Amino acid sequence: MSAVSSHRKPPRVGDNTVFRRALIGIVLVLVAFVIVAPLIIIGVEAFSKGWAIYRDTILHPDTRHAIMLTVLAALIAVPVNTAFGIAAAWAITKFDFWGRRFLLVVIEIPFSVSPIVAGVAYLFVYGLQGLFGPVLDAYGIKILFAVPGIIIASMFVTAPFVVRELIPLMQAQGRDLEEASTSLGASGFRTFFSVTLPNVKWALLYGVILCNARVMGEFGAVSVVSGNIRGQTNTLPLHIELLYHDYQAAGAFASASILALIAVLTIIAKVALERQGAGRVRKTAIPAEKTA
Amino acid sequence: MKIRLENVVKTFDTFRAVKGVSLDIESGELVALLGPSGSGKTTILRMVAGLEYADGGAIYFGDQDATDIPVRDRGVGFVFQHYALFPHMTVAQNIAFGMKVSKVKRDKAAIDARVADLLRLVRLDGLGDRFPAQISGGQRQRVALARALSVDPKVLLLDEPFGALDANVRHDLRRWLREIHSELGITTIFVTHDQEEALDLADRVVILKDGQIVRQGTPQQVCRDPQSAFVMKFLGDANVLSAEVRDGRAHAGGLSVDASGIPDGKAELYARPADLDWSAQAPGIAATISRVLDRPDSRRVLAVTETGEQLEFDVEPERQVSAGEGGFVTLRRGKVFAV
Repeated sequence: MSAVSSHRKPPRVGDNTVFRRALIGIVLVLVAFVIVAPLIIIGVEAFSKGWAIYRDTILHPDTRHAIMLTVLAALIAVPVNTAFGIAAAWAITKFDFWGRRFLLVVIEIPFSVSPIVAGVAYLFVYGLQGLFGPVLDAYGIKILFAVPGIIIASMFVTAPFVVRELIPLMQAQGRDLEEASTSLGASGFRTFFSVTLPNVKWALLYGVILCNARVMGEFGAVSVVSGNIRGQTNTLPLHIELLYHDYQAAGAFASASILALIAVLTIIAKVALERQGAGRVRKTAIPAEKTA
Repeated sequence: MKIRLENVVKTFDTFRAVKGVSLDIESGELVALLGPSGSGKTTILRMVAGLEYADGGAIYFGDQDATDIPVRDRGVGFVFQHYALFPHMTVAQNIAFGMKVSKVKRDKAAIDARVADLLRLVRLDGLGDRFPAQISGGQRQRVALARALSVDPKVLLLDEPFGALDANVRHDLRRWLREIHSELGITTIFVTHDQEEALDLADRVVILKDGQIVRQGTPQQVCRDPQSAFVMKFLGDANVLSAEVRDGRAHAGGLSVDASGIPDGKAELYARPADLDWSAQAPGIAATISRVLDRPDSRRVLAVTETGEQLEFDVEPERQVSAGEGGFVTLRRGKVFAV
C-alpha cells in the first residue's frame, strides 16, 4: 500500500512496464478494429442516406415482416428452450440415472456443431427427399421453407444456453435444499417454486437473455431451412443479407442497426444481471467457518 | 414414537452400504449412530427419514410400516450436516416454511407465534429477520433445528449435526441439544463419527462397521465392555500388545492378565493409555522411554519395548520421567481379544 511496502515486494509475474503496455496496446487495437469500428460503421451507414431513408427501410413491409418473424421465433423458441433447460438441468443435477453424462454431452452438441450443418441436417430429416418429408408432405404439413422450420432450427442452435447456465450452479447447490424442503412436507411443485427457482433465478435470467440474443441473431441454420422468401420466411438477419445483395447498403445497415440495438440492450441487461447476481452471491454465500 | 428397523439393506450400484441392520429405538430415546466413514450410518439415518428407500427389510414407526412412506408424509424432522437453510429466506421464514406448506392450514398469527416460540427455544430471539448468511455457524445449526422441530416431527434425525463447527461451539451445542431433548422428549437419532460426542450426548450408542451393527448399548456398557477389538480401538486410543493365552490367562512380556473365555493360543492385549503405568522395578514389560509429552492434566509417555513395540501411557503430572530412562511398563487393566 505505502511506497515503503511496495518497495520490498518482489515483482509479480509479467509485471513489467513494457510488457504490460504492449499487451494492453494489442488488446485495444484489436478491440478497436474488430469490434468497435464495425459497430460505428453500422450506425454511420444506416443514416448515410438520411433519416427518411432509414425510416422508410425500417417501415418497409418486408422489413417489418422480418422483424415480426424474428420476434415470433424468439417468443416460441426462448420459452420452449427455457422450459427444456430447467427440466434438463434439474434431471441432470438432482437425479442419478444411467446415461446422465451422455445426456449432458448430447445437450452441448449445438455448441460445437456449425449452425449450417444443423440446417442441412434438418433438410435431410424434414425435406422432401428426407426421412419424414414424404409423410409430412402427404398430410400437408410444411416444416421446411416455412415458419416451423425457422423456429425448430433456432431452438436447436440455442438449446444449450439455459442448461449451461443452470447446471454448474445447481450442481454446486446440491440436493440438500430440496431434501430439506420435502422433509418439511412441501410438494415437488412447491419445492421447485419456493426453493429451487429462487436460488437459480439470476442464472436462469442470464441464460434466457443469451438464448434470446442468439435466437434473434441466428443466421446459419435458419438461412438453410427458411428458403429466404421475402415477406414470408425472412428473419431479420436473412433480410439484412438480402438487402445487402440487392445493393441496398443503407437499408441493410438500417436493419442491422436494429439487431445491433438488441445486442446492446442484451449486454446492458447481462451486466445488470451480473451485478445483481454477484450481489446476491455475496449476500447469501455462506462464509467458511474458519475464516469467520 | 418407537422406531424399529428390521434387517434393513441398502445397496448403491454394486456397493452394499447397509447389510442387514436391525435396531429398536424406544420412544423418547436419544440414540447415536457411531462409526467410521463408509460404515453406513448416514445411509441408515436417511432411510429412517425416507430420503433413501431401503432395498430390503422394513422400518416401523410405532406399529405402522413406514418403509414405503415418502419423506414428505413421514413426519420426521431432519437436520442436515451443512444446515441446508434456504439462503433466500430469513431465519423466521426458514422456520415458518414447514408450517406454510403443511396440509394442516394455520393462520399467519399462529405461524408467527410458533416461530417466536421456536426462536426462543433455540435462543435466537431477535434474529428472525436475519438471513442465514448473516449469522454464525452455530446459530445456523440452531435455526436448522428449530425448522426441523416446527413440523412437530415424530422423530428428530440429525446428520453429523456439529461436524462443521469449531470445538468450543460444538461442546456448548452438545449440552444444549441434550437439554432440548430432555425438555421435548422427542425420539432422536443422530449420526456422528466423533466418539466423544456420541458418548457425551446419547442414551444409547450404536456402533457400526461396514454396514453392520457391531455393538450397541449405553455409553457405560460399550466403554466398559467393548466386546471386540474394533470397538475397543474405535472408542479411543489403545495400545496393542501381542499376547499368548494359556488356561484362561493372557501373557505378554512380563505381564499377565485374566482372559477367561478366550481360547488358548495367540491373542491381543488392549490397554488404554490410562490402563498402563511406569515402574522402576519388575514385574512388567521392560521398555525405554523415547519421549514425554506434557498435557494439562497428565504426562503422556511414549516408550519402546525390547521387542520394538511402541506403547503410550499417561502418568500423573508430578511424576518425574524423562526420555532415555529404562524401566517397566505395568498394567492396571486390559482387554484380551483372540486374533
